[in-house]
Amino acid sequence: MNKRSHSIAFWAGIAVFLVAVLSMTQIVRNEYPFFAGYVILQFIALAVAWTILGGYAGYVNFGTNAFFGVGVYTAVALFKATGAPLVVQIAAAAVVGMLLGFGVGLLTLRMRGIFFSIATIALAIIIETFVMNWRFVGGAAGIQLQRPPVMAPFDSYVKMLFFVQAVLVVIAVGIARYIQNSRMGRGLQALRDDELAAECTGVPTLKLKLVACMISGALMSAVGAPAAMYLQYADPSSAFNLTYSVSALAMSLIGGTAHWIGPVLGAILLGSTQQFLAVTISSEVNVLVLGIMLVLFVVGAPKGIIGLLRPRYRLRAGGKQ
Amino acid sequence: MTTAAPDAPLLQVGTLTKTFGGFTALDNISVNIKKGERFGLIGPNGSGKTTLINCISGALKPQAGSVVFCGEDITQLPPHLRARRGIARSFQIPRPFKSMTVLENLMVGLDFAAAGSTAAEEEIAMSILTRMGLASKAGAPSDALSQVELRKMELARAMAVRPKLLISDEAMAGLSSSEVDEVLDLLISLGEEDITIIMIEHIMQAVMRFSERVMCLDAGKIIALGEPAEVMANKRVQEAYLGT
Repeated sequence: MNKRSHSIAFWAGIAVFLVAVLSMTQIVRNEYPFFAGYVILQFIALAVAWTILGGYAGYVNFGTNAFFGVGVYTAVALFKATGAPLVVQIAAAAVVGMLLGFGVGLLTLRMRGIFFSIATIALAIIIETFVMNWRFVGGAAGIQLQRPPVMAPFDSYVKMLFFVQAVLVVIAVGIARYIQNSRMGRGLQALRDDELAAECTGVPTLKLKLVACMISGALMSAVGAPAAMYLQYADPSSAFNLTYSVSALAMSLIGGTAHWIGPVLGAILLGSTQQFLAVTISSEVNVLVLGIMLVLFVVGAPKGIIGLLRPRYRLRAGGKQ
Repeated sequence: MTTAAPDAPLLQVGTLTKTFGGFTALDNISVNIKKGERFGLIGPNGSGKTTLINCISGALKPQAGSVVFCGEDITQLPPHLRARRGIARSFQIPRPFKSMTVLENLMVGLDFAAAGSTAAEEEIAMSILTRMGLASKAGAPSDALSQVELRKMELARAMAVRPKLLISDEAMAGLSSSEVDEVLDLLISLGEEDITIIMIEHIMQAVMRFSERVMCLDAGKIIALGEPAEVMANKRVQEAYLGT
């Protein structure tokens, strides 16, 4: 199909999504849908960010919680020190996340497969320990935050955060889609299939992995930044909770990692199931459901939801057959 | 960019030594390969053939010695920069990009090693595939290919790098004799287009028919280098292959 008409359809869909989100914040009075919806949007953005390195390049990152937590605490520290507005907090978190991605990538991306994954787990533990001992942001006890007054046209802070998170989703999806359709996407796919063959075909594998790790890290930290304002509270064990890593990974795998739509579908499915279960049964059950769904998909649909929807999707580019 | 004198060798391997722990895989290897030459590399299993081309393509770094390509010392360059300078290779055991179609496999090389616009790239990729007799498989997933098709795709992907030097590592292993002729004809026709080719091969008729010069390695050392008939007649070569 025509690339241009694809692009037009995509951006039209994005515009409709943002308008829908914005009008929802203006029309719906009850705050609960925004409170729950924020979490789902947060997981969509996290899963899409995870897929850029974990899916496209095949480097499984267990350190989503490290990047998320760094985002939370960058925002907290900045807010406490200077009272910077939310946009600045998010931008700063993205920069710090990108630098962290660069550092971690440089140290660990020479390691293949499982070693990279283990290194990313260690990363989260190291940073969490550091934050626990950082008095300025409350240490292990956590810190209470007072929300600044909300900005027009929103009438509540949660509604504003819902819209902000929707914008972050759009940014994450836009970047993921751009990478997927670019030279870089092809290079990442090649190195995921066979790193040596990719190198010998001219793909600068280390550079591409590093860039993917930086973009992925920047997005994860940016997504974490509004979380402190959302809860009006931050503490290390929830900001660096391993659930973020497991969820981002599970949502991407369940949705399918070969296309940006995969993590979006996976996060919508799992995120809304979790929200539903948390209200109807208990918040502990949703971890169980996550586990069961992951097992079912790994066994029954290893290519995820997109693999089920379009089992022959990979043949699209070739023409014949 | 460095341009070599017209009669200078395309590739100069100088006193190359590669060891793995206590094992010396390459021992002080020096050889020059001329521009446009069809060069055969033979030797018994474990003699260092693949290690040598790994050092030339950059997959391995030697402990000592140098690799000079087109007058430029590339000993320390990573493989992707060597590919961009025009060194392409196939692998002994085919290593396709499994999640891609045949055409996309070629696009990787065109995207990263040989710059150009995407529209033109697809045309180039298709013309390479037509040449290799793979045009009808362009849209097929690469993990659905037969052995001979995989071998051809590896060569096609190497050609997509637009190489000056093509290294073929046992591209004919495991093929039937008619398939061997098919692949050999392809390699010879590539050689006629100013592409220098190093061919590693165990099939002797293929080596004899293909090569202008043959080098035989044994235990990491050069034991013979010269015209094919001369090398085959060499006593040490016969001993290395047949045992004493």
